[in-house]
Amino acid sequence: MAAYQNIFTQVQVRGPAEMGVAVAGDIRRDGKPWFFRLLGTFGNAQIGPIHLGMTGIASLLFGFIAFEIIGLNMLASVKWNVVEFIRQLPWLSLQPPPPEYGIQLFPPLAQGGWWLMAGFFLTVSLLLWWARTYARAKALGLGTHVAWGFASAIWLYLVLGFIRPLLMGSWSEAVPFGIFPHLDWVGAFSIRYGNLFYNPFHCFSIAFLYGSTLLFAMHGATILAVSRYGGDRELEQITDRGTASERAALFWRWTMGFNASMESIHRWAWWFAVLTPLSGGIGILITGTVVDDWHSWAVAHHYAFTE
Amino acid sequence: MALLSFERKYRVRGGTLIGGDLFDFWVGPFYVGFFGVTAVFFATLGTALIVYGAAIGPTWDIWRISIDPPDVSYGLRVAPINEGGLWQMVTACALGSFISWALREVEIARKLGIGLHVPFAFGMAIFAYFTLEVIRPILMGAWGNAFPYGIFSHLEWVSNTGYKYVNFHYNPAHMVAVSLFFTTTFALSLHGSLILSAANPGGGGEVKTPEHEDTFFRDVMGYSVGTLGIHRLGLFLALAAGFFSAVCIVISGPVWSQGWPEWWNWWRNLPIWG
Repeated sequence: MAAYQNIFTQVQVRGPAEMGVAVAGDIRRDGKPWFFRLLGTFGNAQIGPIHLGMTGIASLLFGFIAFEIIGLNMLASVKWNVVEFIRQLPWLSLQPPPPEYGIQLFPPLAQGGWWLMAGFFLTVSLLLWWARTYARAKALGLGTHVAWGFASAIWLYLVLGFIRPLLMGSWSEAVPFGIFPHLDWVGAFSIRYGNLFYNPFHCFSIAFLYGSTLLFAMHGATILAVSRYGGDRELEQITDRGTASERAALFWRWTMGFNASMESIHRWAWWFAVLTPLSGGIGILITGTVVDDWHSWAVAHHYAFTE
Repeated sequence: MALLSFERKYRVRGGTLIGGDLFDFWVGPFYVGFFGVTAVFFATLGTALIVYGAAIGPTWDIWRISIDPPDVSYGLRVAPINEGGLWQMVTACALGSFISWALREVEIARKLGIGLHVPFAFGMAIFAYFTLEVIRPILMGAWGNAFPYGIFSHLEWVSNTGYKYVNFHYNPAHMVAVSLFFTTTFALSLHGSLILSAANPGGGGEVKTPEHEDTFFRDVMGYSVGTLGIHRLGLFLALAAGFFSAVCIVISGPVWSQGWPEWWNWWRNLPIWG
């Protein structure tokens, strides 16, 4: 009755470290791989090597600069008192320029200039990392699906911090850096525009977010359930269907009358995940630029009462 | 009929939890089983009650139909049908059908000789629902604290409940839950992408191998969790998201009834700051 459910790997096989598939041209992989036994109970035990390259190093450098600008500004805001910095950290912020500076490129440093610089460096860092995901996929002869998934997330980031502020004509519309401050921004944004729950694109985004979580629970659980038949070897199952695929498909067919295939479940996954920030970005972009009050909009379109 | 080319050999008897082979058959692609019968019974009854509620309610507008819980003045008592009693029956039917569905999944998994991960995972979703609609209202002493069944009325409930605690984003369990939802979606995007990119290399290239998958992630970030590990990770993240969602709502009211921003004062007031 009780059966092993493959929650953890019981026996770890350890060979020499895998140095990665050879690729055409000169590629340097850095770091001597090491094995982390505890990690091996859950997934692969091997850590490293990594290929950083020019874009990787530049991305990390720009990301570090952005991180430092934000952190040092927060430290300055508590008069360089380290104890106060730790104590107040969740409340500290680096705010965008106030409204009177519009979309000026060079407001005073203490008036959002630092915010602009941090945003610029963080954006460059993200775009360089994006180029990396694209270049690595190409070099390995893979499709570029990862890069386009990442691009969807970058779209939402750019809408929030760059595109929408430009359309509104003011950097002050953008999100501040900081833990509680960015939450305050989200709360205030929703109230200012008449409750974002009435924004249909917000509805889509939430539905795709929950849908993604549901899909990963279903998919992860299904693959683990058929892992005793080698179901985790998905590429082999896609090209040469085995009993793991068949049982996984039949489980859902018998449960809900419909099943994906070993390949198509990953298309469902990709689209649900990609549409989350894609529709979310559209929802943010049209808030304040096209629609000023979502509750009134909902009343006008007969899905909310006036009260 | 609705039989896949390889399906016949899998359609075997047995694996049922109850009723022997009484309902051990299929209708089209669906497996029935004892719990299929109970699931259909509860789902049909619950849906019929919702339609009845719409009929005696103010609107047929699909966006505005709402089956509301009893007023808080009813406490934890049974309310008259048109004053929330309907909501109580619908909730019972919902739980009946959800639990039937989970047990039916157990039977199907046993029949196919596979693990019980899916019904366990579904159990987490049922637990979150049960927490929202039963545990928290009981802890707060009134069914009126539960959410209504309606497309926009449940969103309004979420909105109003959130503002009752001033800014719900400050709820620490809500923070964890939201982070887990985002992380799950992020991980799903990476996993779906990676499989698609290996299976569809483009340009007439050959389908790639798990070695390519590992190499891609090691090249990019120095670590690849692996083909088995990513499914453990995805399932764990998704279940944790559901679990912390349940936690974040059950502590709002029963444990903390002020605004969530104030909750964080304990951190600023720790005696260690000097």
